[in-house]
Amino acid sequence: MEATDRQERWKGRRAQPWLIRLTHWLNVPLLLLIAGSGLQIFAAYPALGPRGALYGWYPWDGIPPPTWARFGGWLAGARHWHFALGWFLVLNGIAYLSYMAARGEWRRRGFRPHRDTRNAILMLLYYLRLRRIAPPIDFYNGLQRLAYSSIMVIALAEVLSGLAIYKPVQLWWLGSLFGGYDGARAVHLLGLGLLALFTAIHLVMVALHPRAILTMLTGGKRA
Amino acid sequence: MPNIITRRQLVAAVATGAVLVTGKTARAQSGFLRWMGRWNERVDRALFGSDRLAAELSPAETTLAEDFPSYFISDTMPLAPAGWVLKVGGLVARPATFSLEQLQQMTRTDMRVRHHCVEGWSAVAAWHGVRLRDMAEVVGADPRAPYVEFRSFDAGYWSSWDRASAWHKQTLLAYGMNGAALYPDHGAPLRVYSAVKLGYKMVKYLTEVNFLAERTGGYWEDQGYEWFGGI
Repeated sequence: MEATDRQERWKGRRAQPWLIRLTHWLNVPLLLLIAGSGLQIFAAYPALGPRGALYGWYPWDGIPPPTWARFGGWLAGARHWHFALGWFLVLNGIAYLSYMAARGEWRRRGFRPHRDTRNAILMLLYYLRLRRIAPPIDFYNGLQRLAYSSIMVIALAEVLSGLAIYKPVQLWWLGSLFGGYDGARAVHLLGLGLLALFTAIHLVMVALHPRAILTMLTGGKRA
Repeated sequence: MPNIITRRQLVAAVATGAVLVTGKTARAQSGFLRWMGRWNERVDRALFGSDRLAAELSPAETTLAEDFPSYFISDTMPLAPAGWVLKVGGLVARPATFSLEQLQQMTRTDMRVRHHCVEGWSAVAAWHGVRLRDMAEVVGADPRAPYVEFRSFDAGYWSSWDRASAWHKQTLLAYGMNGAALYPDHGAPLRVYSAVKLGYKMVKYLTEVNFLAERTGGYWEDQGYEWFGGI
């Protein structure tokens, strides 16, 4: 019963429908520029924690990010870029999530613990060379689903912590989610680190499976 | 008056020089960024709640004096000229000047709030002084004046504000910090201190407060920082 439902749902649909391809590729320039302008902003005070009470666990207090990673020229320019591009990233995210909801794409892309946990663990063991055979994969493996779902949670945390830093008085309740202004600032940078880590792993996986690039460009065959 | 214009010209010349030397994109934004900047200012104004107060903090959270940064644009720390007075004018019924003693006789407001610098750091201090809204009442500021301009003796540093933020209960003409008289590095004898703006909006070393019909930019604002600068 469920199997036939599944067949029906995906019939005639490409592996990567146009809206998912569009939002995916828009992320490339948008994320690069918002990360670069964010690092340019961070360079003005490259430390975590309030004045006189730095958190201490951040190993690079006082060391600005390298200039090649920055964008926007100077603090004011970077702020304008950052606060302008943020809107487009949020719109892009809303378009992606709305499409996922409306077309049921979340069923084959989202991480559902009861279905995917075991598969994710087996896949991880396979990648770590602790298992010889990869677990069965339908559309995505469990580890992919976990990665693609977690990155949405991280993206949401980036938006919320960013708003909390942007308007710490007007949106004080958002700041309190992150332990106040300086806490939100730390979360915002940590989120960038996680986004960068995700992207790095993503690029390695794509290099290992180059056909995925083609699918993300053309959409792939219709089911 | 003529010497103020000269100062302004000097500031402009220095800013232009800085642009030539550093290649910084000063002088506001253009095109896409200008358009988005306008949009963001609309959002900034919409988010601003006239009655929303910033959290008042406990004495234990106060930042040590030596850890609280202080900036000025003059080559050396600006010191108050002899016979300093605050001049309040513009669209007011009763333009006046105020000595520090006169200001200290007006209703005093105290608050300990977090300071947010555009650079990203925060710090905490207690501030006391006269609410700007109280001053507006004393001089009979025209309710149709939508802007307030602050001018200083720090090489002509200035800023202009929207009325709603200026009238906020936590916007002070502050003459004291952490229970003591304001020190020169924090803007003695009088500075703007507010819980609802970024640091560069809070003009130190005040000389003039003007209630105006037009906004007049500001030292950093004219070089590209957001004019509203709300937090």
